[in-house]
Amino acid sequence: MAAVTRVMLDVLKPHQPNALEFASQLADMGDDYRVNLVVQELDDKTQSIILTISGQQIDFDAVTQHIGSMGGSVHSIDEVDVQSEAPSTIPG
Amino acid sequence: MFARLRYLTELTQSQRIARRYFVTNGFDGVLAMLGLLMGFRVSATVSIEVMIGACVGTAVALFMSGLSSAYISESAEKRHELRQLEKSMVTSLGESAHGEAARLMPWLIALVNGLSPLLLALLILAPLFIAQQHAWPDFLAELSPLDSAIIGALSLTFLLGVFLGHLNERFWLWSGIRALLIAIVTAGIILLLNQFMGLS
Repeated sequence: MAAVTRVMLDVLKPHQPNALEFASQLADMGDDYRVNLVVQELDDKTQSIILTISGQQIDFDAVTQHIGSMGGSVHSIDEVDVQSEAPSTIPG
Repeated sequence: MFARLRYLTELTQSQRIARRYFVTNGFDGVLAMLGLLMGFRVSATVSIEVMIGACVGTAVALFMSGLSSAYISESAEKRHELRQLEKSMVTSLGESAHGEAARLMPWLIALVNGLSPLLLALLILAPLFIAQQHAWPDFLAELSPLDSAIIGALSLTFLLGVFLGHLNERFWLWSGIRALLIAIVTAGIILLLNQFMGLS
């Protein structure tokens, strides 16, 4: 099965949790997750951010669910890097 | 559970509101106790049991009043805030941390608002409880339990002032003295009123 190694998401989130807390919580979801967060636009109660998450195998559903639990909503998936599993790792 | 509660408190910045409620309602509780104790001080001899009964009754009433008033106002406020945020996000946040906080935080704030006058009142009444158990220490024989409770109330007022000064980043001593002055003026008014009414 192909592994998602990087996703770039357009997300709308409330001001709280702040950018640092938001990115840290997402990074804590995986052992090797690397999260980059760029605030694109600030509104009265919300902010639009571009989230880039990279790792060996990103659990995309869990990530979007956690974004939702922090009050954010994914507007679009702007970029993805997906890698098929190397033949040597297939058993047999 | 405590980590989750701390996260939700930080998310909604509820610690500020809880601190404010702790000081304002705690101050109410301490002044109410001071008023009652000053009343007993200037009135004809009242038994310790009657003093404890009246003071504990007042403390419980303050607890219930603090709990219910804060819950009613804070739950309405948090629901309003959540609705405003949902409008901006154009989505329902009921299942998110914000929704959870809107349901839980009013209870937490209400508990702080109710418990602060109750616990401070029980602290003030400690000398009366000790005397009721006939365990009043010998080294305090010169001081009556009632006077000790009044001194306790004045000290707690000073400490609440110091705490408020610490929150406002003002000079702690001045803030403490200012709160103490309010308590002394209150005690003075009670003494004067009792004299006018011929109770003392």
